[in-house]
Amino acid sequence: MLTELWNDAAGGFHPASAPDFLPETALKQVQLRRLRAVVSLAYENVALFRTRMEERGLTPDSIQRLEDIQQLPFTVKADLRDTYPFGLFATPMSDVVRLHASSGTTGKPIVVAYTREDVDVWSEVMARTLACCGLHRGDVLQNAFGYGLFTGGLGAHYGAEALGATVVPISGGNSDRQIMLIRDFGVSALCCTPSYFTYLIERAAELGVDLRALPLRAGIFGAEPWTDGMRDHIEAAAGIKAYDIYGLSEIIGPGVASECSAQQGLHIFEDHFYPEIIDPETGEALPDGEEGELVLTTLSKKAMPMIRYRTRDITSLISEPCECGRTIRRMRRIGRRSDDMFIIRGVNVFPSQVEAALLAVEGTLPHYQIILTRDQGLDQMSVEVEVTPEVFSDKIRALEDVRARLAKAIEHILGIRVGLRLVEPRSIARSEGKAKRVIDRRNEGA
Amino acid sequence: MKLQQLSLFLENRPGRLGAPLEAIAKEGINILTLSLADTAQFGILRLIVREWDKAKQVLEDAGWVVNLTEVVAVDVLDRPGGLAEALAVLEGAGLNIEYMYAFSLRRGDKAILIFRFEDPDRAIDVLLEKGLHVVDGDELLSVVSG
Amino acid sequence: MAAQIHEAHRQTEHRIWDPDAETLPREDIEALQLERLRELVTRVARVPFYRDHFAHREIGPHSIRSLADVRRLPLTTKDDLRRQHPFGFLAVPRKALARIHGSSGTTGRPTFVAYTARDLETWSNLCARFLVAGGLRPEHTAQVAFGYGLFTGGFGLHYGIERVGAAIIPAAAGNTRRQIEIMRDLDPEVLICTPSYALTIADSARELGIDPRSLPIRFGHFGGEPWTEDMRREIEDQLDIAAFNNYGLSEIIGPGVSGECPERTGMHIQEDHFLVECLDPETLEPVPEGEPGELVITTLTREAMPLIRYRTRDIARLYREPCACGRRTTRMSRVTGRTDDMLIIRGLNVFPSQIEEALLRVEGTTPHYLIEVSRPGTLDEVHVKVEIRPEIFSDRMDRMQTLCERISREINTVAGIRAHVDLVEPRSIERFVGKAKRVLDRRDLGE
Repeated sequence: MLTELWNDAAGGFHPASAPDFLPETALKQVQLRRLRAVVSLAYENVALFRTRMEERGLTPDSIQRLEDIQQLPFTVKADLRDTYPFGLFATPMSDVVRLHASSGTTGKPIVVAYTREDVDVWSEVMARTLACCGLHRGDVLQNAFGYGLFTGGLGAHYGAEALGATVVPISGGNSDRQIMLIRDFGVSALCCTPSYFTYLIERAAELGVDLRALPLRAGIFGAEPWTDGMRDHIEAAAGIKAYDIYGLSEIIGPGVASECSAQQGLHIFEDHFYPEIIDPETGEALPDGEEGELVLTTLSKKAMPMIRYRTRDITSLISEPCECGRTIRRMRRIGRRSDDMFIIRGVNVFPSQVEAALLAVEGTLPHYQIILTRDQGLDQMSVEVEVTPEVFSDKIRALEDVRARLAKAIEHILGIRVGLRLVEPRSIARSEGKAKRVIDRRNEGA
Repeated sequence: MKLQQLSLFLENRPGRLGAPLEAIAKEGINILTLSLADTAQFGILRLIVREWDKAKQVLEDAGWVVNLTEVVAVDVLDRPGGLAEALAVLEGAGLNIEYMYAFSLRRGDKAILIFRFEDPDRAIDVLLEKGLHVVDGDELLSVVSG
Repeated sequence: MAAQIHEAHRQTEHRIWDPDAETLPREDIEALQLERLRELVTRVARVPFYRDHFAHREIGPHSIRSLADVRRLPLTTKDDLRRQHPFGFLAVPRKALARIHGSSGTTGRPTFVAYTARDLETWSNLCARFLVAGGLRPEHTAQVAFGYGLFTGGFGLHYGIERVGAAIIPAAAGNTRRQIEIMRDLDPEVLICTPSYALTIADSARELGIDPRSLPIRFGHFGGEPWTEDMRREIEDQLDIAAFNNYGLSEIIGPGVSGECPERTGMHIQEDHFLVECLDPETLEPVPEGEPGELVITTLTREAMPLIRYRTRDIARLYREPCACGRRTTRMSRVTGRTDDMLIIRGLNVFPSQIEEALLRVEGTTPHYLIEVSRPGTLDEVHVKVEIRPEIFSDRMDRMQTLCERISREINTVAGIRAHVDLVEPRSIERFVGKAKRVLDRRDLGE
């Protein structure tokens, strides 16, 4: 019945969004039931989790109320690295249908796994994300998130398919073609990083294409932090509504939370991802409204359940009702992190990964600095490395070779292109104590 | 006071450098100085010659792409710090050097610096104002061939 | 060794994904094709290109009394698709589209291919057929090292693997060292990529001091570019795997038009979905069975964008005798050439006209240029040689380097490939009287 209604009325209610509107008591029942199941699944199948439970004298039966989640041990990013590749899997490989990977904090990647049901849940929460952003069947979604091991591209792709939209799987890059397709296909929604879209706006103007005159009406932006100032600019220049979405590979990929038409915080799909806010120093739980680190528990993931995963993202929860009618709680946009990670073109980067690469090539760690800039809407990362006597040569080719090897080593670990400049010894500013490793110039002069 | 510099595009493979030099030598044109910038794939040969217009014609007739650029020559004392002092003047005036090369004379105590500036006229003004000696074409000819 | 593996593979792993369809008796295949062809003629009347043609010649379902009558229908070319850009060939309302892909056009503007949800189902199923014929099982893990994106490359196989129920590592193309690392850590049995990329993986493994034969891969499905039996032997020997060939093109559906069975005596055409002719490209008359000719394909079941007698420009041979595997479908040989100047570079289709279009955007780089394609190791390389001219020459090195980068970027924008730009001295590119020869293909891609 609901499905028919939705099919007939373009822009109507998508049945997948039903859980967004659950009454609080019903939602809590679902959450508790799923929490108990996921804790049992992890306890029985994941050695690391079981050991930590046992150390605390806990069993799955210790979870009687939702609040009992606070007794459970945290999971941190290093756990994924330490148990790489299969240590946190809760199902046998034969049940796994998808593996994604991202870079860890050092050279070693981390891997995440999905069963058939997990992929279905992922498609569902991404369909709910797109519905939250006002999309429906018949919309044409140009998906400019990168496809591959990065979860952005395939996540949005499956969500749009589940929603019944037409997908244009263009992936990232080739801006002229992106603009041509937006125009030729009557594209109504586009997803990419917000910085890339600001470049598409500029490029469209250069090509004489007025985005405001086209059917494009929604931008679904994620995978990097952005501001309300950027939103105002995007909305005015492109004549669209710009929505912020949130997710991370360790939890599922995109599809953890999304803004709605009210654009006042991101609705967390709480029936699948249970949010808590903690004090990042003490680990104590904080009440709704207070700012702290976001901790997420996957309530329905089978292949790789995550219990109390510390995201390192700083935000706060909003429990007041939203004007869109959704009952699930919201989180404020992510403004900063509790570690030194930065995001470049949607890829998470830790300075420690760059160090691992430099060390691997040179044998010792040279002085270096990471400089982030934004060129044509795309984040650029360049690494300046001081020339040491060991690598210096009077032959341009020998220096070019060192430069290329350093760049390649970093690109290998991060999976993105980086610029690499050799600079003179002692030209990188030393400071007292901890050197400033990252200079972020991305929002200068924008 | 500006000098005419010829620049040539060369592929970076054996034998390419000799050919243009031979072509102008055959016409009896003397090379006062040269510099070569190269990448793995190609190079740019920069020449200052006695009869630049004739040399340009010869090279173009032989099929090279030749550019004419105005550069500025400055002579400095051929001793430690000579170059640094001249550069300090330019830096102080905020003059942007696109590239430069230098050579010292066989006789005498001078070295010649060749500069390519974004704005050579302004550079000459500054150099003169600061008391540096800008060498013009005739003078360069006489000091080099002496 | 590879031969033994292949034999073991054939004996133990040969299964048929869709036995009802794949082992139909010959007469049933043809009856089904005829029925679908007649239905198609009715369906494509929604497409102006076909409607006008049919009206002019009074063609309708009544015109199709036997499969041979397909020759009464018009041919469709890539130019026809381009002229109807973007949606002129749609046979369904736009709202019914679930996916839009592109295929590279002769200019910077791609031609488009649209799919309904049912077309996507069909596509997944067709890929599942050849994947299973080549040994894929639900318990396997497959590394997909094809690019995902506007061009169909990775998607067909991705969905085919998903349909079979095996696990996917969507590694996409590039970063070979990381591919190898992931492969060693996650133990996939199956590799999906272009044949030349399979050899690149072997090369890189050796560079890293890893014996490529020790990698966990047991078999691979390779396509997206022409390759040879010699290359198959190389791949099988270097990686110690069994290598299977498959064929398809975006305009028709993507990969899944045909694929090998364990006999590996040609690729089985999925004839319940495609009617394939083999014609002399000059006379457009059918060539005798077993002779090389241009493949001309009619999509029997495509909903969104059915094509009648599409000229693929691919040269191959058809074999109609039954195969030892039990399938009765027509088989096709490897693709041995093209009837146009299209190049396939690392699995991407590139037309020389695209490169010219890119050069035209940078003043002073035409008319003297040459596209050189080579395969120095295992991967295709493109060098675009551009003669230096006064208007683009500068005495400043940074400007010259910026120029190279700019040309390279324009080529990437138009043709989607990374090309090396070599500036060369004036008159070093050979001059031709009449039509200039723009492409020098040094690769050995013969049969």
